[in-house]
Parts: sequence; C-alpha cells; structure tokens
Amino acid sequence: MGRITLEKVSKSFGQVDVIPPLDLTIEDGEFVVFVGPSGCGKSTLLRLIAGLEDVTSGEIRIDGTDATGVPPAKRGLAMVFQSYALYPHMSVRKNIAFPLRMAGMDAAEQERRVTAAAAVLNLTDYLDRRPGQLSGGQRQRVAIGRAIVREPAAFLFDEPLSNLDAALRVGMRLEISELHARLRTTMIYVTHDQVEAMTMADKIVVLRAGNIEQVGTPLQLYRSPRNLFVAGFIGSPKMNLIGGAIAARHGAETIGIRPEHISVSAESGDWHGTVGVSEHLGSDTFFHVTCDGIPDPVTVRVGGEVDLHYGDDIWLSPDTSHLHRFDGQGLRVA
Amino acid sequence: MATRHSRSAARLMMAPAVILLLGWMLVPLTMTLYFSFKRYLPMRGDSLERGLDWVGFENYARFIGSSSFWPSVQATLLIVGGVLVITVILGILLAILLDQPFWGQGIVRILVIAPFFVMPTVSALVWKNMMMDPVNGMFAHLWRFFGAEPVSWMSDASVQSIILIVSWQWLPFATLILLTAIQSLDSEQLEAAEMDGAPVLARFFYIILPHLGRAITIVILIQTIFLLSIFAEIFVTTGGSFGTRTLTYLIFQRVVDSQNIGLGSAGGVYAIILANIVALFLMRIVGKNLDR
Amino acid sequence: MARAVSTRRKIVTTAVAWAIGLLIFFPIYWTILTSFKTEAQAINNPPLFWGFDFTLENYAVVQERSDYMRFLWNSVVIAGGSTLIGILVAVPAAWSMAFVPSRRTKDILLWMLSTKMLPAVGVLYPISLIFVQFNLLDTRIGLTLVLMLINLPIIVWMLYTYFREIPVDILEAARMDGAGLRQEILYVLTPMAIPGIASTVLLNIILAWNEAFWTLTLTAANAAPLTAFIASYSSPEGLFYAKLSAASTMAIAPILILGWFSQKQLVRGLTFGAVK
Repeated sequence: MGRITLEKVSKSFGQVDVIPPLDLTIEDGEFVVFVGPSGCGKSTLLRLIAGLEDVTSGEIRIDGTDATGVPPAKRGLAMVFQSYALYPHMSVRKNIAFPLRMAGMDAAEQERRVTAAAAVLNLTDYLDRRPGQLSGGQRQRVAIGRAIVREPAAFLFDEPLSNLDAALRVGMRLEISELHARLRTTMIYVTHDQVEAMTMADKIVVLRAGNIEQVGTPLQLYRSPRNLFVAGFIGSPKMNLIGGAIAARHGAETIGIRPEHISVSAESGDWHGTVGVSEHLGSDTFFHVTCDGIPDPVTVRVGGEVDLHYGDDIWLSPDTSHLHRFDGQGLRVA
Repeated sequence: MATRHSRSAARLMMAPAVILLLGWMLVPLTMTLYFSFKRYLPMRGDSLERGLDWVGFENYARFIGSSSFWPSVQATLLIVGGVLVITVILGILLAILLDQPFWGQGIVRILVIAPFFVMPTVSALVWKNMMMDPVNGMFAHLWRFFGAEPVSWMSDASVQSIILIVSWQWLPFATLILLTAIQSLDSEQLEAAEMDGAPVLARFFYIILPHLGRAITIVILIQTIFLLSIFAEIFVTTGGSFGTRTLTYLIFQRVVDSQNIGLGSAGGVYAIILANIVALFLMRIVGKNLDR
Repeated sequence: MARAVSTRRKIVTTAVAWAIGLLIFFPIYWTILTSFKTEAQAINNPPLFWGFDFTLENYAVVQERSDYMRFLWNSVVIAGGSTLIGILVAVPAAWSMAFVPSRRTKDILLWMLSTKMLPAVGVLYPISLIFVQFNLLDTRIGLTLVLMLINLPIIVWMLYTYFREIPVDILEAARMDGAGLRQEILYVLTPMAIPGIASTVLLNIILAWNEAFWTLTLTAANAAPLTAFIASYSSPEGLFYAKLSAASTMAIAPILILGWFSQKQLVRGLTFGAVK
C-alpha cells in the first residue's frame, strides 16, 4: 500500500518560503510526476515526503498514519537519487542488499531477493563489481535495484535520468514505466523534463515557485491547461501564445494554439506570414512562420512531405475548436 | 539539508569535542590570568591554601621592566625572523627546483622532507654534537680541512646556530607547501608568458611569485605560531644562555627555575596576546577558504 | 601537458637537486652511519665515511643501560592513545559540521583552531597544578590526554575537510535505506572516509610522537617518551657519539618511515585545508 496525503504542507528556509501550504493526494499505485522549471520546489517537496527535510507546518500521511515527524529510515519509502548515491565501497550485491541488512533480514532471504532483483534488472553478471566499474545506465539500475528489494510503500525518484545521455534516457524511461506496470507500487518522480512527465505519468503535478499550478493526467494537462504557465510548459514544441488584437478578436487577453492545430494554405487563411526556419523530423516538419501582427514566430506542425521553403508566402488558419483562451490573470477561460 | 532529528544529533555529537576544548582553553587560561595579578612565590612560602596577595598589574610591569625582557624579545624576533627569511626564500627556490623534471624526483623529495619528521630533541642534539661541536663536529673537520680555526658554535654564534637548526627543521614544511602551490599553477599560463616573450626572471616575478602569494602568507603565519613557542631546541642546546633566551624560554624559567608564578603568568598573558595577534591574521585567511 | 626539456638541462637539474637533497639529508645520514661505529671511530679525525668496523654494539648498550624499550613503549602508548581518543571524539564532531552545517559551524571551527594557537608556556603552571591535583604528573594517561587535546583541533579540521568531499546524497541514501545514525556513520561514512581517516591518524601520530614541550615538562622517570629520553643525552659529561646516534636513530626511524607515507596529507593537515 502506498497512499500519500499532504495536508497544508509548507516549507521555509529561514525567511524564504520555498513551499507555501499545499494539499495533495497521491493514490496507491499511482505514477505521479512532479514537474516544473528548476527552483520550483519539486525536489524539496519530494525530500519532505522522504523525510530528509522537516516540514515547516502541515502533515504528511502515509497510508493514513501521520508520518510527519518520522525519520526517513522508518517511513518505508525508497528513493533513487539523481547522482545514484551508490555506496562506492560496496559491491553491487552489497549495495542492493544494504536496505535488507539494515532491516535485519536473514542472509538467505537477502540473497534470494538480491538475485531476483538482479535478474529483473539484468545485473546478474555484475553483482561482484564495484559501482565505479559500471556504466551510467548500470549504476542507475543498481540504484533502482536497491530501491525495489525492500518492497517499499512508494518509490521516490529525484531526476534519476538527468545524468544519462539521450539514448539511454529513452531506454531507462521505458524500463521504469515497465517496472511500474509490473509492481503497481506508488511512484513519485521528479523531473524538469516535460517529455518524461508526459510519457510516464498517470498524474502530473505542475509546480511553479512552490505552488501547484495544475494536477491532472497528461492528456488533461495537454488539452486543457488551467493557465498560461501550464500551457507554455507542457507540450513540445511549445504552444503558440498570441496576445493583442488577434486574441481580442477571440474574446480573450491571450490565446493559445498548438502547432498541430494550425492548417497551412498557399492561397488563403486567417493569418498571413513568411516561412522562416524549418525543422525536419522525418514524420513531421515544424515551420517557424513570421506572421503579420504577431510579434513571435508561430510554430506550425505539418506532415513530413510538405514542400515549403524559407521565405515562401503562406496563410495559416487556427482550428478554433482547439483554441485555448486565457484572461488577464493568465487563467483559462472556458 | 537537515531535519530536527539530525540537527539535535549533530549538537549531541559535537558536544564532547566542544566541551573538551572549551575546558582545555578556559580553565588554564583563567588560572593564568588569576595568577598574573597575584604575588605567588611557592619557594617563599606563598601557597594557594593561605591565599595570595593581589598585586594588580605589578607582575606585568615587572615582567616588562626586568633586564631580561628586551633581550628576550630581541632573541625571539631574531630567531623567528631569521628562520622565516631562510625557510621562505630557500623554500621557494627548492620548490621550483623540485618542480623541474629530473631523475630520481621521488627520492630527492623524500631526502628534503625528512628533517621535518625528526623529533626536535634529536635534531637539536645531533646538530649540537655531531655537526657543531668545536672538536669533533663535522663543521670543525671542514673548517680544519680548509685551514680555518673551528668555531665554537653554541657559545660564539649561538643565535645563528639555533636559527640554522630550526630552519633545517622547518625548511621541508615551507618547501612542501610551496611545491603543492606551484604544482597547482596552470602550465599554460607560463607557456603563454613565454610566448609573450617574458624572460625567465620576469616569469618568476610576474607569474610564479604572485601565484604563490597566498601559500607564502600561510607558511609565514603558521610557522610564526610554531616558532614563537620553540622550546626543546633551546632546552637541549644552550639552555637559554648566550643570548638565546626567547620570550617562551624566559617565561619557562620564571615559572620552573625561579618559581615566580605570578611573574611567569604575566609573561604568559603577553605571549598569549602576541600569538593571538598572529592567529587573527591566519584565521581570516583560513576562514575565507571555508566559504568556498 | 609536460614540457619537453633538453637532456642537458635535465642532467644539470638532476645533479643540483641530488646535491641539495643529500646536503639536507646529511645530518640524518651521518647520525645513522655513526650509530654503527665504535665510540673511538665516531670521533676519529678525519671523519670516517667508510672503512670502519660495522657494529651493532651501540644499540645493545643503549637498550641495556637505559631501558630504551620502556621509553619507546611510552611513546607508542602516548602517541597512539592520544590519536585514537582524538579520532573517537573528532569523527562525530566532524560529521556534524560537515553534514549538518549551521550558521555557527564556521565560528566553531575557527574557535577550535584558535585553541591550537594558545602558547603552551602560557598555561604551563596551571596545567602542572591540575596534574598535581589529579595525580597525573609523570603518568602516561595524563600526557595522552594533553596531547589529545592539543591535537584535537587538527584532527577535527582534517576530518572535516575529508568529510566535506563525500557527497551528502550517499548518506541520505543510507537514511532512506533504513540506516540509523550509528549505522550511517559506521557502515557508510567511515568506510568511505578510510583514506582520509588514515592520513589524519598518521599525521597525528607523527605530531604526538615529536611533541617536545609537554613531554619534557610533565614527565620524569615513569612516563617519559623518547623525546625526553633523547633530551637526557644533552648533559655534556659522558657524551658518547655512537650511542647518542644509535638512540637517535631508534627514536626517529619509525616516524621517518610513517612520515614518508604521509607527505601529501601533511600539507593539508598543517595548513588546515587552506592549501591542498
């Protein structure tokens, strides 16, 4: 079981309020991702749940019992660190077995669990090596192994993939998702990368300056961002945000339209512009179009085969059914 | 990064070290301060049980007013200054030499560092007898070999002899620290200067020396603190005679030989103040380093 | 990148460096050499560099007449004991300051350092008085305590600088893995800091072994370590060069060997981490 509830949890360092009081519920078995730009308090929030930091006020409950003052060792949570934090003086086997040893488990059971975890994580051949002799991806798997053997109430991941190169990151992302699908244990995952958030999460928590901006499934966030910040943060390439007269015409202070919801025509449309730089991804092509009356270039997604060139004159038409409207406070207008 | 748990644990775990050092500092310091304002001559029947007479600043005045005070200050300055000049200058030269590529670098380094590990009483006695003895010492043999009259070092050139012995002991320390500092100098900087047409001497004065500035300051400050309290070297060689009675040794004699505790304590307070002035500078450098 | 140096320059450097190295080392070399001579050969004119009868007699005589082994044992107990107690007191303190720093940490560290700079002679009488009061004069335990206290600031400092290099993540990982404070220090911090702790131990044994103020002033016959034993040779009458040399060689040999292992740590320890 691993239902985690935060009630009016806040954190300040001296005079600085890093996290104003917030409420959040993480259901048992959920994969929750905390996402936000650096300095938004997502890692601090994770460390509060882990018990590595004290809350300034509020209450943290794990499966209904108050865990606020409980030291990290007694919370029954496991954590995977950004730096992996493997014990350099222990073999892989000893690293993975360490939490079991701390729990006073007998040697045979320790061995059985370590062997099982190693098999799952493809580490069987490396059990007697030291962390220093492993590649980044292997270290990552050892860190995960150390977390899973003790069958925790929940896993906490603190930007676990940011030290890996791009190709490995995609692989590990799949492995972690796979692990979650198999174990169905609560996972809380912190990242600044919205792609990781979108691809892995059951539920995304978008944070900015310690505030929760929105909570929802990836598609909820993508389809109906609650405010301008979420709209601009979720989705790649970014949503086009347009203000001024064009927005006013749609009854809003700012309007947002995703690159795939704009159609392109050589003859006619709503906005006239000139094709700028293009990015060919094979399946898709992104054009950056400079439009009359819009200060920033508009990003448009078209199929891979469209034949447009730098400097061409074109017309763009937003799909009004996918238009996002925001008011003067940056909040979504229904 | 901390929680209340770890913070209270931290305070608890720091307590033994802090309490021990606090006691070690405060108790004797308070006693010294107390005695320095008292007439306390155990040989003449003064004792703690019967109570000591308060004499105000008399001990302080008498310590400074005594005929041995200024000579001891002079001896202290001569010895500390002499050793500092010799070790810093030779240390820089040696460090530069050891930084050059040559065969047997490791071994030569060991040879140069060795004196630092020799206990003060041994180095003082070895120098006094084996090197500087006017009859059988190595110097006497050398002097005779060149047809000169051997010098009786310990009586005729006592201060110079002490400076030589102590410099020999501390040269490795200066060399080692300066060598470490030189090795941290980016060799590209030197190469760039060479490309810019700076000759050897200019490279030394404009690049190497400024780079060593901090290390030199540290060597001077740390050595000053240790040198102000050299004791064994004088104790086993001249015993404080022939103009080698330093401030430290004078206080030692006041306390141990003439058993004038009050006077010695006043001297001790002077020594503590002196050391603290030097320490203040050192702490500022070390403290700055902590902030990084 | 290493710079290419002409062979001729390298030969000259080699010659100069070796000459200076041997010159500096000469007093030690001469002492060791003399310890193997007879007393007559030791004061031979001209001095004998070779061609003397190699004898171990001096070593036997030193041990026989003055019970050298007792002084050696005192040195070992005092240097080893003070270092051991110092480490036990300093590891928790250094852990606290390195991993749970507070606003006062820096001040505490600097204050500890300042106690190291207290001139010993300034507190000689009070310490003797306390020693008399508690019957510690001329005891190994008394001297062990004093040497522990004078070296404690250096031990704390060295350990602090080594601990600071250990990523705090790893200690937090141990906490998450269910380790209590004791287990965190015992199973994770200490094994990782072994090289640092070892060099701290080494340097402090050297400093304690060579300490020559308190060892000379607070001991007499029973607890005197080698520093005091050698000092007893300073009386001019009955001075025997070969025996002095043998005694000196025995007193410095162990520490010379330890010292060579600790060259690098020496810099760090004696400059309180200001030069690395």
